[in-house]
Amino acid sequence: MTVQYAMVIDTRLCIGCGDCVVACKTENKVPAGLNRDWIVEATSGKYPELHTEFRSERCNHCSHATCVAMCPTGASHNWRNTNIVLVDANKCTGCKACIAACPYDARLIMHPDGYVDKCTFCHHRVEHGLDPACVSTCPTRCMHFGILNDPGSKVSQLLKSRRYKTLMPGTGNQPNVYYLI
Amino acid sequence: MNRREFIKLSGLLGTGAVAPSIFLSGCSSKPLPGDGLVKKTPTICDMCFWKCAGFVYSENSKPWKVVGNPEDLHSSGRFCTRGTGGIGAYLDRDRLKTPLIRQTDKEGRQSFREASWEEAIKLIAQRMQAIAEKHGPDRLALLHHGTGARHFEHLIRAYGSDSHAEPAFAQCRGPRDVAYKLTFGDILGSPERTDMANSDCIVLIGSHIGENLHNGQVQELSQALDKGASLITVDPRFSVAASKSKYWLPIRPGTDIALLLAWMHVLINEELYDQEFIEAYSTGFDELAEHVQAYPPEWAYLQTGLKPDLIRETAREMASYAPATLVHPGRHTTWYGDDTQRGRAMAILAALLGSWGRKGGFYIQEKVKLPKYPLPHYPEPASESHVVAHKGRFPIAKKTVSQALIEASAGPDAYYKGWIVYGTNLPSSIPGIRPKLKEAAETLELIVVVDTMPAEITGYADVILPECTYLERYDILRNSGARVPSVALRMPAFEPRYDSKPGWWISREIGLALGLEKYYPWKDYSEVLDWQLKAANSSLKEMEKLGVKDFPRKKPLYFTAENPPHFWTPSGKIELYCQQLADAGFDPMPRYTAPMEPPENFYRLNYGRMPAHTFGKTTNNPLLFQLAPENTLWVNPIVAKKWKLQSGSYIRLQNQDGITSNPVRVRVTERTGLDAVFMAHGFGQRSNKMRLTHGAGADDSELMSRLLIDPIMGATGMRGNFVTFVKEQGVG
Repeated sequence: MTVQYAMVIDTRLCIGCGDCVVACKTENKVPAGLNRDWIVEATSGKYPELHTEFRSERCNHCSHATCVAMCPTGASHNWRNTNIVLVDANKCTGCKACIAACPYDARLIMHPDGYVDKCTFCHHRVEHGLDPACVSTCPTRCMHFGILNDPGSKVSQLLKSRRYKTLMPGTGNQPNVYYLI
Repeated sequence: MNRREFIKLSGLLGTGAVAPSIFLSGCSSKPLPGDGLVKKTPTICDMCFWKCAGFVYSENSKPWKVVGNPEDLHSSGRFCTRGTGGIGAYLDRDRLKTPLIRQTDKEGRQSFREASWEEAIKLIAQRMQAIAEKHGPDRLALLHHGTGARHFEHLIRAYGSDSHAEPAFAQCRGPRDVAYKLTFGDILGSPERTDMANSDCIVLIGSHIGENLHNGQVQELSQALDKGASLITVDPRFSVAASKSKYWLPIRPGTDIALLLAWMHVLINEELYDQEFIEAYSTGFDELAEHVQAYPPEWAYLQTGLKPDLIRETAREMASYAPATLVHPGRHTTWYGDDTQRGRAMAILAALLGSWGRKGGFYIQEKVKLPKYPLPHYPEPASESHVVAHKGRFPIAKKTVSQALIEASAGPDAYYKGWIVYGTNLPSSIPGIRPKLKEAAETLELIVVVDTMPAEITGYADVILPECTYLERYDILRNSGARVPSVALRMPAFEPRYDSKPGWWISREIGLALGLEKYYPWKDYSEVLDWQLKAANSSLKEMEKLGVKDFPRKKPLYFTAENPPHFWTPSGKIELYCQQLADAGFDPMPRYTAPMEPPENFYRLNYGRMPAHTFGKTTNNPLLFQLAPENTLWVNPIVAKKWKLQSGSYIRLQNQDGITSNPVRVRVTERTGLDAVFMAHGFGQRSNKMRLTHGAGADDSELMSRLLIDPIMGATGMRGNFVTFVKEQGVG
């Protein structure tokens, strides 16, 4: 893998407004009822000693993507030697092995055209040097996108200077969506 | 007999077009978004009032997306959730599609029938002429909301009426606007002149930025937080903003003025206020200093439930960053009937911190000098609506109080004889107004409703006119006061769908039918825009490319020695003590009144916004509906346990007057306290023609049968209502 793309989301700024969700739906023409990204609100404590965290979640475009490994037809694949995981609609039979393999429940059952859909990190924008639609619209600017194996990139800098977590790191999938805490 | 019974537009509106689908042929790979022929058109968003400038994209002639214009100061190139969902307004299959006229059949049953524009316009013009001849043209009033209302204001003024009201005053911003005007002699504007991006400390008192998605405000709050600004949030609910705060003050509902007075007490007694600023620019400090002696933090503790030390600490915190401390004025401020005084207390606090006209506080707004298109003078109207409607009440209200205008339209002896209602669903935006609306509808000689959606208000109309959405029309130029003066253009990205028409066209056609052609010397509104833009050194052609254009500032952004402040108050100074209020028989300085306590087993009804929606304006939007199809009722776990309520189950609410709500889904959460429940406003839509949102969730406004009217300016305080739970049969 030559390029490792990562998304870094600052939970201290995220307000859970769902703009990322709508931007993804319109940009990628995601059919009604399906979402490639979503918001999680986690509140802990008792009134009035409370903490609430908002997270925008999606496919983690794992460096060790179990969905790609488990796909029997090769429909799930890495885009151009990067960690971006795509599904080739023509090769997907809808067998759902990838859905079982994904620890993040990030794959959608079922695009009306008969394949398993998912977040693409907007690779069609990334190849033109643009941020994914969700990142580019976020009004709080809590989302960042870039190349993690470039030490000078904003995402690398943020992970160097801030505390962060990933979701379910114990799976060994090496997720590439990071949450600043 | 009820002359105008309520009609639910039954069975008239057909289904809309089917959403575009993608067909795959053979084994060719699926096309990527943007691979096709892409077209980009500038717009000004109309999903809320923030008026962000952006671009509408279509691909292969199909609507694709709406995104912010990077040059735009309102959005900085980033639209909010609702703005991003703007395409849904165009695609909504439930839109009004053709003019509709009320008819009565032989059995006396009323219904709407489809009509041509020609017939609808002719009918309206005839009735308007009859009103003018029989009663005088000033007896026709406009009830409105939104930018497109300007076209209808122009129409009624040309016709001879200057009677108009919008719920944005007495149901929303009014108390705050009046309070700041009384104190500083100036307006806050929209977008507000808050310099949050440069604030080192921000105080939110009852303002839930982040749940209200006022785009620029959200962005600047986030920027300030990212830079490490201190955020103090006062809210009984653990709002999103509260969750980002250094200090969250979970105040007892309705006691804000007690806290504000105690903060003033600390600032003054500990000499933490901006003495130079107060000395130079204000009047009434000695009276204020004496006034607040009765309100130490120990006194406020008993009212607010906030510990004296916390009140002192937060007062010192805000003083330590002053003048770059912003006490945010909020926006929706019609709560407890003493809201102008609450706004005054916030304004006085801002003055003590020296933040008016200062970096990190409130900047000085500037607009573009944009000449008006030359038109003949309007005829002098025979009456002014605030005089007619207020009947000597609300002496400080400079705008007309909407519910007072509706009262002045009800009954056979009512002053008003006809209405044009533009872009506002009155039964949902004015609490408790349904009985008066019904009464007014029985005697008014004409009700025209202009809207894009078949909202409940359309059921009262004689004629319903379908306006096209903002994505299909030219509108007035945006020229809001801001840090940098700019104009922005809204133009059609798509042809009007169905038989809908732009507001300017509707206004002009009615005007022409009334013989008012001298007020409409143009054929297409784009001519007006081009004339104005050329006068401002641009052109329509240029703006159709740019969308938004900045102009240089002529005056400084903040007060300086070379730019001394001016205050348009009677004294020419910031009025800590307000003689205008004293003269009108009100407290010249804010005084605290304790709120009513809920009876046993009742809870305060707290309400607010959710980021996915602009109330009922967007709940039927097919994109935003998916994000938030209904509202939920927030209930504290201890309350939930007592009533055996579970998250996800449905419950009805009953208020102190026995009014029962629609079923609403329970959300058990620690984020609300023991004495209040919370829900987002804008749900429980009664129109069955808004098929997605009809009956989804509960309507908070119908539970507001006790209104606490602000005697200063007529605002309908909505927070004096209490609710208890009524279980659905078979549940629990």
